[in-house]
Amino acid sequence: MSSTLINILFFGLSYGMILYMTSVGLSITMGLMGFVNLAHGVFAMLGGYATVTLMNSLGVPFFPALLAACIMVTVLGFVLERLLYRRLYGATELDQVLFSMALIFISVAIARIFWGPLAQPIALPKYLHGHIDLIGATIPTYRLFLLVFGSVVAAALWLGFDRTLFGARVRAAVEDHAMAEAVGINTDRLFALTFGLGTGLAALGGGLGAEILAISPGYPLQYIIFFLIVVAVGGLGSIKGPLYASLIIGLADTATKYIMPEAGMIFVFAFVFLLLRWRPQGIVSRRKG
Amino acid sequence: MTRPTDTALPGKGMPAIPASKRWLEAVPWLLALGTYAAAPQYAPLLTQIFVMILFAMSLDLLVGYTGIVTLGHAAQFGTGAYVAGILAARGWITDPTMTAVIAMVAAGCIGLFFGSLMLRTKGLAFLMLSVASGMFLYEIANKATGITGGDDGLQGVVFSPLLGLWEFDFRGTTAFFYSFVMLFLTFIFLRRVVNSPFGWSLRGLRENDLRMSAIGCHNYRRRLTAYTIASTLAGLAGAVQAQCTGFVALNSLSFELSGAVLIMLILGGSGRLYGAMFGVPIYMFAQDYLAKRDPTNWFLWQGIILLILVLFARGGVLSLAERGFHACCRRRPG
Repeated sequence: MSSTLINILFFGLSYGMILYMTSVGLSITMGLMGFVNLAHGVFAMLGGYATVTLMNSLGVPFFPALLAACIMVTVLGFVLERLLYRRLYGATELDQVLFSMALIFISVAIARIFWGPLAQPIALPKYLHGHIDLIGATIPTYRLFLLVFGSVVAAALWLGFDRTLFGARVRAAVEDHAMAEAVGINTDRLFALTFGLGTGLAALGGGLGAEILAISPGYPLQYIIFFLIVVAVGGLGSIKGPLYASLIIGLADTATKYIMPEAGMIFVFAFVFLLLRWRPQGIVSRRKG
Repeated sequence: MTRPTDTALPGKGMPAIPASKRWLEAVPWLLALGTYAAAPQYAPLLTQIFVMILFAMSLDLLVGYTGIVTLGHAAQFGTGAYVAGILAARGWITDPTMTAVIAMVAAGCIGLFFGSLMLRTKGLAFLMLSVASGMFLYEIANKATGITGGDDGLQGVVFSPLLGLWEFDFRGTTAFFYSFVMLFLTFIFLRRVVNSPFGWSLRGLRENDLRMSAIGCHNYRRRLTAYTIASTLAGLAGAVQAQCTGFVALNSLSFELSGAVLIMLILGGSGRLYGAMFGVPIYMFAQDYLAKRDPTNWFLWQGIILLILVLFARGGVLSLAERGFHACCRRRPG
């Protein structure tokens, strides 16, 4: 029994960490620009594809491939923000939704053309293959690694967001966009940088989590609900909110799969509905109104 | 906060069509009947189009008039389809009108339930909940294989003859006229709703939420009412679909359908009821033509069309036609 509990805890938390890395960028960009970007999963998918392709075709080791994928997607996100996204900052929510749906469709088609309809297997390095005995349960090393890595990313993000000038600027712009501009913050550049950073993090999550959220052309549609849940439950424009939210969702989803697999996502959805009925702004929200 | 939209209001304060051009309103309906008279073998396809128009029109009340962008409208469509389908498949009630009414009530209740949970949130949270509402029901229908048939859908549903007179025949004649009449009735009803003071208050909510509460409007209640009406009509569309095809697919609750119906509506032009009549056939013909060769192709084209619509042709086909029409009129001297 206790080993099941530890399993749920580890699988749930590591899964939550993947959700966190993929979604936190969405939370920040949503909070900053109020842009409803349903296509955030696209960047995670591209990160996954880039990692897998670099590893399988060019023989690049796991971590350098991950880093390269991250950089490539960051640049892509930056370029897309400059070329397309910024045109729709003042647009209606409907236009933003349709625009991001268009991006999803196009990327799904492109992924199918280049990589085919099947999921891409990722060959993790040997040292992540094994298991580790921990308080009476055997935990896959990969899961433990995800947990540690995710915690480091979360801590780094928190430091960057809370303790640096850049973070202070972002927080100021989330709080009051016009005022931030008035005191001389170049919000335009800030948007582009943050957007690139967010997409880079999504790519990191996509590559790292390829074993959990399989990289296939359907990725941005299939997991869209998870990213949206994490951001909506966590609260917009915050770093901590999505962390709590993704850990809770990861644990809840894993626990249902262990205990009542026939219930699927039903409990998670019910929980989310009740939570947002109680707190429509999410657990932590920096944005007012 | 809601920003004022630039979707063309059908004549700000004036009827959309001048009295002298009133006959234009009959054109789409006559066109539909004419197509049937010319090529009765296409009755099943036309029926399918009518059902989707009905569904898209119900969505228009939310997206076009009230400014509620939902990605979970299939939740109500599927509810209607499954309720009608299950009632008939179990042999409890097979009368088409009765099952349609029950399906509408069921879908309305589902809409009221989800609406009351969702409509206090806004923006991304609302979108997420709307997606979740559809997926929630999808999961239930997927797992409850004993009742819904699960992944295989509900097959071989037989309804008794319509009004006890016309059987749902192989060639789809009854289905064609049935769906045609249902669509027409829905259209008349929705036109009354959107031109009523209630309908104008919905436009007010779309344009400026704060001002509406300042003049004493119960925003949440209005939205919930609109959501429930739209849900009921979506349920009707689902029920008609089940009755005309004798089949309920699990897909009728899917996120893909919610997305597709939104695209169909936008393609035609939202906030004018007629948008659905143009968007749905264009979408379905395009899908048929483009997906036949390669489904990947269809995804790509759907994306490109959407991108063009958002960046260059806001307001859809009808808005483009309107602009073209005005440009032509102005060029003529006098």
